[in-house]
Amino acid sequence: MSEISEKVKGIVAEQLGVKAEEVKEDAKFIDDLGADSLDTVELVMALEEEFGAEIPDEDAEKMTTVGEAVKYIEEKAAK
Amino acid sequence: MKLENKVSFITGAARGIGKEIAVQFAKEGSDLAICDVNEEILAETKKEIELSTGRKVLTGKVDVTSAEEVGEFVKKILDNFNRLDILVNNAGITRDNLLMRMSESEWDSVLDVNLKGAFNCIKAVSRPMMKAKSGKIVNMASIIGIMGNAGQANYSASKGGLIALTKTAAKELGSRNININAIAPGFIQTDMTDKLGGDVKEKLLAHIPLGCMGTPEDVAKLALFLASDDAKYITGQVVKVDGGMVM
Repeated sequence: MSEISEKVKGIVAEQLGVKAEEVKEDAKFIDDLGADSLDTVELVMALEEEFGAEIPDEDAEKMTTVGEAVKYIEEKAAK
Repeated sequence: MKLENKVSFITGAARGIGKEIAVQFAKEGSDLAICDVNEEILAETKKEIELSTGRKVLTGKVDVTSAEEVGEFVKKILDNFNRLDILVNNAGITRDNLLMRMSESEWDSVLDVNLKGAFNCIKAVSRPMMKAKSGKIVNMASIIGIMGNAGQANYSASKGGLIALTKTAAKELGSRNININAIAPGFIQTDMTDKLGGDVKEKLLAHIPLGCMGTPEDVAKLALFLASDDAKYITGQVVKVDGGMVM
């Protein structure tokens, strides 16, 4: 597991108050991890803070699973 | 003390109701971050509160209509105090005129300060408050926002809008343990009401069961209650301090 992936999953677990083993790549934030709309906003804010990157709303909307968030941050970091 | 170790951000706090809220909060143990566009009077208010209460007072010349200025001041508050527990959206102005004579700039300036200013401040503090899973926001509305008033189309719309904003914010942020309420003062003795003509004042007084004007302290005591944990199960409400003027 990459360093970014590990960090993202840690933040997801902490923000949503779920166990680390529940945070699987294909887990959906809202359907599987019980997030509400405010949770997803907070999650994006936490990711922005951790990785020092701005995540536009239209990108944030497309991030619905843990894997998508990891991939997005990895792509951002590679630029 | 009701606000021990809390940090309160109060807008429009140089004088009038805002100043009295700052004084009451400091007396109850809160450190303060107060802002106003009138820097000189704000500096005097800071000195006065520091001397009488010994609390820390951070000041800033902030135009609440600017999201950027508000954001910078909130950052300064967090850098200084490491926390932000209470926001009081008190900054407000009037530019009275009859509807058909009201200029676009009279409308815009009142809506900008009274409504957009509150939105800017709520938005800026929501992040730290959400993180802390705790916060109290008090918005200074007005009974004019409930009943309307000839000559105050802009002011009444701004205060009615602020009441609606209070309710929406209460619904959005309730799950994060953030309480948002509005105060609707009636006829309170301040510079703002001193501008009213004698006949207008008399007419207003005739409609107040308690028969007199309120004081800034009357309003500040309610703000103190709403900002304290005594009001932890109250959110999205509009509480009137008006001597019974509107029932």
